[in-house]
Amino acid sequence: MTSSPATGSLPTGAPAPVIAIDSLRKSFGPRTIIEKLDLSVPAGESLALIGANGTGKSTLLRMIVRLAEADQGRLSVLGETVGDLSGSALKRFRARVGVVFQKHNLVARLSALSNVVHGVQARRSGPRTWAQSLAPAAVRDEAMACLEAVGLADKALQRADSLSGGQSQRVAIARMLMQRPELVLADEPDASLDPRAGREIMELLCRLTRDKGLTLVFVSHHMAHALRFSDRIVGLGGGTVALDRRAGHCTEAELAAFFEEPGDGAEPQEEPARAPATVFA
Amino acid sequence: MSLPQTARTTFAVDRFERPSAVAFIGGFLALALVIWSFSGSELSAEKLIRGIPYMGNILSRMFPPDLSRIEQIFWSLATTFQMAVSGCVLGLILSFPLAILAADGLSPHPIVRTLARGLIAFFRTVPDLIWALFFVIAVGLGPAAGVLALMIDTIGYAGRFFAEAMEETDKGPREALSTIGASKTGLIFSAVVPNAMPSFIATSLFCVEKATRASVVLGLVGAGGIGVELKVAFDLFDYDTALTIILAVFALVVAVEQIGGWLRRRII
Repeated sequence: MTSSPATGSLPTGAPAPVIAIDSLRKSFGPRTIIEKLDLSVPAGESLALIGANGTGKSTLLRMIVRLAEADQGRLSVLGETVGDLSGSALKRFRARVGVVFQKHNLVARLSALSNVVHGVQARRSGPRTWAQSLAPAAVRDEAMACLEAVGLADKALQRADSLSGGQSQRVAIARMLMQRPELVLADEPDASLDPRAGREIMELLCRLTRDKGLTLVFVSHHMAHALRFSDRIVGLGGGTVALDRRAGHCTEAELAAFFEEPGDGAEPQEEPARAPATVFA
Repeated sequence: MSLPQTARTTFAVDRFERPSAVAFIGGFLALALVIWSFSGSELSAEKLIRGIPYMGNILSRMFPPDLSRIEQIFWSLATTFQMAVSGCVLGLILSFPLAILAADGLSPHPIVRTLARGLIAFFRTVPDLIWALFFVIAVGLGPAAGVLALMIDTIGYAGRFFAEAMEETDKGPREALSTIGASKTGLIFSAVVPNAMPSFIATSLFCVEKATRASVVLGLVGAGGIGVELKVAFDLFDYDTALTIILAVFALVVAVEQIGGWLRRRII
């Protein structure tokens, strides 16, 4: 642990962590994915989450926005106790967290711009948020600025299903920016893309969050990406944090070794455990 | 020489499986049902043979079709088509909110979903002719009754298909929208409806075709349109006019089906 102890976000001088996880536990049926997990992420940090398949990386991200329920433990995010939220409070909380999915999750038959406009639903509702053609001028302008930030202003009116994989992930990032998030979670944003597009997406995500001083937590299976685009690397294994290093003090060989150590509980080739988290994974 | 011998195996399998007692009884009951049904239909070879001259008689009196009332028939046909379109549009508009209530994952509550599904199923299972009879009694003879009957019939059909189309849309964008903190309506109109649109259009076009066919029959019970003309022609033994009406109906139904099919291919 490089930061202050996991919990206890009491005013002791240091700013409260954006994410504070205390003794988190999660199982799917008889399988315990996360046994006892403590983690604290300070504001403005870029954290790479690594680990073999089935070690609960995606599940952890899902629990942070309460797409999955924790069995036990305390999860405090942006000053809210996630487990206590429901109804409109949960909606308001989710609006503050931007999520980038591996599968981009764009509405295929709508234009790139309409998809970005959807991000405004974090703070307003009604028919004028459903598509770019209905959106107020200010919303449209902001959405265009978000598309410009990801370098796709020229594709604004192109349908999402006609974009390449890298382009559609950029649109998803623009939608996330439109949300004006305080915390960004990215679940393997570089997967399902070719190496170059994957690297470009990571560069973009890292630059945009850093420019805005946002906290970023991303999952990646590319060790080079974890090293290059994060300040800190956390490896999950054996149901807990099995590795926690500053990215600057770590080598790719060390990370590769982390996956080889059976003692760390990094269970290789454990595909079935991914099943419950299919949409997000 | 030795091939036939090596090809023989001791693991011979039966060509037919011996039916189980349940399968045997089931087959026997099915056969009994068919025989019983025919015995009740009073259909016999003798009747058919006796009927042939009468059929010939009717057909000969139908030819050539009488075109003297063609203008009147054209306007009745237009009324029929008006009934079909307006009944269908009303039905489609009403089936949309009902489909949302009936769709898995979009319905506000399981009880609401069950009720909405039950209502749609009820509208679908009661035949359109019965609805027409009901509305003729309720609002009187004329096209209004036909429009209402077609509306109910369309809800029963489109409600189900709209709900299924919405359930089958990609879950990813829905999840993305809900993590943005979107409201349920935002989620439905931003993520579900755009993706279900091709299905909606195909179902709607099919409903217009179905309503056009149905609207012809509804006239027979007094619900307006060409069906009334057809009934009058048959009642007055005016078979040559009846043939004109039948041909006109045929032309309308084929035209609507062709245009519908063409539009479906164009849009989707």
